[in-house]
Amino acid sequence: MSEKEPLFSAKNLKLLKEPLNDSNPITVQVLGICSALAVTVQIKPSMVMALSVTIVIGFSNFVISFLRDTIPPRIRIIVQLVVIATLVILVDEILKAFAYEVSKQLSVFVGLIITNCMVMGRLEAFAMANKPWQSLLDGIGNGAGYGLILVIVSFIRELFGSGSIWGWRLIPQSFYDAGYMDNGMVILPPMALIIVGIIIWVQRSRNRKLIEK
Amino acid sequence: MKSFSNTYIFLFSAGLVILVAAILSFVSESLKPYQERNIEIEKKKDILRSVGRAENIGDVPDKNTYIVEEYSRFIQKSMVTNIKGEILEGRDAFMITSNLKAELAKPSDQRELPVFIYTGEDNETRYIIPVRGKGLWGPIWGYISLNDDFTTIYGAVFDHQGETPGLGAEIREEWFQNEFKNKKIFDDSGKFVSIEVVKGGTPDDNPYGVDAISGGTITSKGLQQMMFDCLGAYENFFKANKK
Repeated sequence: MSEKEPLFSAKNLKLLKEPLNDSNPITVQVLGICSALAVTVQIKPSMVMALSVTIVIGFSNFVISFLRDTIPPRIRIIVQLVVIATLVILVDEILKAFAYEVSKQLSVFVGLIITNCMVMGRLEAFAMANKPWQSLLDGIGNGAGYGLILVIVSFIRELFGSGSIWGWRLIPQSFYDAGYMDNGMVILPPMALIIVGIIIWVQRSRNRKLIEK
Repeated sequence: MKSFSNTYIFLFSAGLVILVAAILSFVSESLKPYQERNIEIEKKKDILRSVGRAENIGDVPDKNTYIVEEYSRFIQKSMVTNIKGEILEGRDAFMITSNLKAELAKPSDQRELPVFIYTGEDNETRYIIPVRGKGLWGPIWGYISLNDDFTTIYGAVFDHQGETPGLGAEIREEWFQNEFKNKKIFDDSGKFVSIEVVKGGTPDDNPYGVDAISGGTITSKGLQQMMFDCLGAYENFFKANKK
């Protein structure tokens, strides 16, 4: 009888840490790009989005893993969709009740978490074949990896595009008076893609493991 | 490989769907009071914003209380009128505004038209009219505030449900809403002309038109129609009360 693995064993911790760098969902697995472009104009909605996505991936991983032996293969995808959609609707309802302003900023993009390939991607790649606790950790890890990229991109976009961080004005008025202007291009979606590209470039230069032969 | 019978598949699906429906209904019902309060606060905020109040509330610690206080301070009276311009007694303007969609579905002679009255610190009076219409993907709505000549627009606030970000959704942006300031809805001969939202732009000194949104023509035209229909219903009321 094998010893029960401790909750936060090295192997389990790896599930949390790997998606932050080596298998980052956005920069390495290249999933979830669309929302990464849309919501990263400012830091605050990006963080709420990242938190929402993490909760959705984490709990859908957990639930599907818990049910994995009972789901009939024929309706597997449908069942996954039902679980994902339910969680997203729950998150949306909670945001509308307790974080109304941010939910209006995120508008349709919260609902679009359902279509975020990352969620179903993890379900198929991990939750269907692993235990619930590990699946939860994998989900949270991937959500955190996604969130990390979102925060980096939105930090750059908010700082240079609006001169603020989390809504607090950072660039002093004297700069504006001297002729400094907020960079209007940085607020547009294509710039987000370019920033993600630069992050991928920096990551690959520093992380030899990621370079394909 | 374990094979699942059809009965099992049906029962599993049915069970899953029933459970999910129960969870979602429960959560939706429990959260409804909070959500409705948020929507009510937002309406009050937008009404205040159309007269230039509640602009920079980023630093206010308790936004909700602040908005409720500002609202009761500045919007102390409201009226309800109809297409003939008569004042209807005993009606709740705010409640009608919250159900504007249903009100607009009624035939025009039965529609009740709310008016909110703003009294500023220098005793200037402005009148705020809620409007609602169709954008490209869904409803659009807003609040237009008029000076007491019932002709000049003091400010406008617009919102939408699902217009395209960057295009139709720009009606929420300050640059678009600022265009309406000081525009006129009646021309010099006293004819009601509303505001035209001009594709391709219009000169700033045109008192009856504003620039449409590039790439958001359908939303822009929907907004134009919304203003014409909604403000037009108040024509008799405006004419009767113009100073």
